[in-house]
Amino acid sequence: MAKDFSPLVEDLREDPIKASDSPTTTEHVESEKKLSRRSFLERIGAAGVAASVPLLTRSAPVTQDSAHPVDAPPIDTQAETSAGTVPVALKVNGQTYNLNLEPRVTLLDALRERIHLFGTKKGCDHGQCGACTVHVNGRRVNSCLTFAVMHQGDEITTIEGLAQGDQLSSVQAAFLEHDGFQCGYCTPGQIMSATALLKEPCGPNDDDVRECMSGNICRCGAYQNIVAAVQQARQRA
Amino acid sequence: MENFEFTKASTVQDALAATRSASSAQKLVRFVAGGTTLIDLMKLNVERPTTVIDINSLPLDRVGATADGGLKIGAMVRNSDLAHDPSVQKNYAVLSEALLSGASPQLRNMATTGGNILQRTRCYYFRDTAYACNKRDPGSGCSAIDGYNRIHAVLGGSQHCIATHPSDMAVAMTALEAIVHVEGPAGERTIPLNEFYLLPGDTPDRENVLRPGEIITYVTLPPLSDGTRSHYLKRRDRQSYEFALASAAVVIRLQGRKIQRVRIALGGVGTRPWRSLEAEHALEGHEASEANFRNAAQAAMRSAKPRQHNGFKIELARRTLLRALTTATTA
Repeated sequence: MAKDFSPLVEDLREDPIKASDSPTTTEHVESEKKLSRRSFLERIGAAGVAASVPLLTRSAPVTQDSAHPVDAPPIDTQAETSAGTVPVALKVNGQTYNLNLEPRVTLLDALRERIHLFGTKKGCDHGQCGACTVHVNGRRVNSCLTFAVMHQGDEITTIEGLAQGDQLSSVQAAFLEHDGFQCGYCTPGQIMSATALLKEPCGPNDDDVRECMSGNICRCGAYQNIVAAVQQARQRA
Repeated sequence: MENFEFTKASTVQDALAATRSASSAQKLVRFVAGGTTLIDLMKLNVERPTTVIDINSLPLDRVGATADGGLKIGAMVRNSDLAHDPSVQKNYAVLSEALLSGASPQLRNMATTGGNILQRTRCYYFRDTAYACNKRDPGSGCSAIDGYNRIHAVLGGSQHCIATHPSDMAVAMTALEAIVHVEGPAGERTIPLNEFYLLPGDTPDRENVLRPGEIITYVTLPPLSDGTRSHYLKRRDRQSYEFALASAAVVIRLQGRKIQRVRIALGGVGTRPWRSLEAEHALEGHEASEANFRNAAQAAMRSAKPRQHNGFKIELARRTLLRALTTATTA
C-alpha cells in the first residue's frame, strides 16, 4: 500500500526547484533501501493521507481534484519551462557529488533534496535561525543564503561529517552529555556553530559563548545546556 | 524564486564585461557576493534578477595599509575577517565593534564589505510584495508612513519613504569618513561614503549614487591621529542578532578635556547612515562634559520627525549618543 502512494510523497517532498538528475553515489541508493526514520515517517504520512481522504469526502463536499490528491499534478509545474540546469560538483564530507542544478538551488536544498543529507535543517530559510549552518572551507555559514552553484571546489562539511564512524566529535559528545537539546531540530546547526566556534576568537565566559552562538535560535529554550556543552567542548579541545 | 542565468567573474574587468553584455541583452543584472541580502530578497520576490554574476572570486579580499597610513579594504573582505583584522582592532575600534554587533557569526562569515554597504532596508513593507512600497515599486505608495512604523526612520524621511538603512558597518565607516572606490564603464572614481547614500526624497528606489554597471572595489579609511578614540554603541530589541533601533559611532580626539576633533554618525534612526554635523559642531572646541554631551545629543535629533510608533527612537538615540560619547572619553 505504501508503494502505491509513494509518488505522492515524492512529489510533496520534491523541491519546486526541480532538476533533472539525482545523486549517483551507491551509498545513497543503499541507504534508501533501509527503513530509516525518515522513510518510516513518509510511509506513515502516506497512509495518513489514504485514511483521511474518505473522511474528508464524507464530511464536506469536495471538488473532484481534492478528493483525489493522489492524482493531482506534481507541485513542480515549472520543470518543463524553466531555464536549463548547470553541472555542479559539490564536495561534501570528503565525497564529490556530480549534480545538475538550476542556479537558484540553495546549498541547503542541494544538500537535503539532492544529496539527501537530511541532517542539515531548514528552519526559517532566510538566515534568521541558524538551523541550516554548515561549514564551507572550515567556516560556518547559513546554507540557506547561498547558491549551491557558488560552491564548486569548496570543502563542505555537514553534521553527518563530524563523527568518525561511531566516534562522536567532542562537541557532539558534549551536547549528549549536557542534554543540549529538547526537540533536536536546531541541534545540527547548534553543533556546527559550536564546532566552528572552537577555532574562532571567542571570549572565555558564558556570556561570550552566548554571543558567539547567537546565530542559532533554539525555540525549546535549551540554551543553558547548550552553553554548558559548548564550554565543556572548549575545555577539552 | 524565479530562475536566472548564472555566470562567474574572476576579475573586475570580467565582472564589468559580463554586466555590459547582460544589460545590453535587456537582462536585469545583480552581482552576488555573500548573498545574505540578495538571496534573502530573491526568495521574497523583492529582487528578481534575470542574470546573477558571482563575484566571490574577485581578488579584492585583502586589508592593507594605504600610502598615507590609512587602511584599504577590499570589497570582498568578509565582515568577520574585517572585524578581527589586527589593524582594524588597533586603530579603528569603532569599525570592529560595529561589525561584531551586526548579524550573527555565520552571516558575518558570508557578508562582504561591498555588500554590507549596499544592503537593503529591513522595512517589512519593502520585504513583502503584498504591500505598496515606493522603494520596491516606485509610485505605488508608502505603507509605513500610516502603517506600523516602530522600526522606521525619524531622520531623513520624506512623504514617500521612511525606511532605515540597516547597516552597522556603514555607520562606523561614516564616522571614519570612509571613501568608496568604484569601477565602471567610465573608469574608476571615488565617493565619500557620506555622499554615497541618497535621501529618499521622491525617488526612494534610488538609494545611492552608483551608476549602472559600476561595482564597488575598495573602501579606504583615512588615518586617524594619535590619541583618537572611537566607540560603537548599539541598542536593539534583544541583546544580539538584531538590527539597531538606535546606534551611535563616535570618533573623538581630546586635548586634556577639550574636544579637538569629533565625528559622529547614528544608525537605526535615519534613512541612511546618519552623519550628525550638528552634534559635531556642538562639541568641537568644547570641554568633554556630560552637559556638553547632552547638548550634542539634543542637537543631533533636533530635526527628527516622529511617526505614530517610532517616537521613542528620538530619546533612545539621544541617550545612545550620550553613552557612546561618555564611554569613548572615559579612560
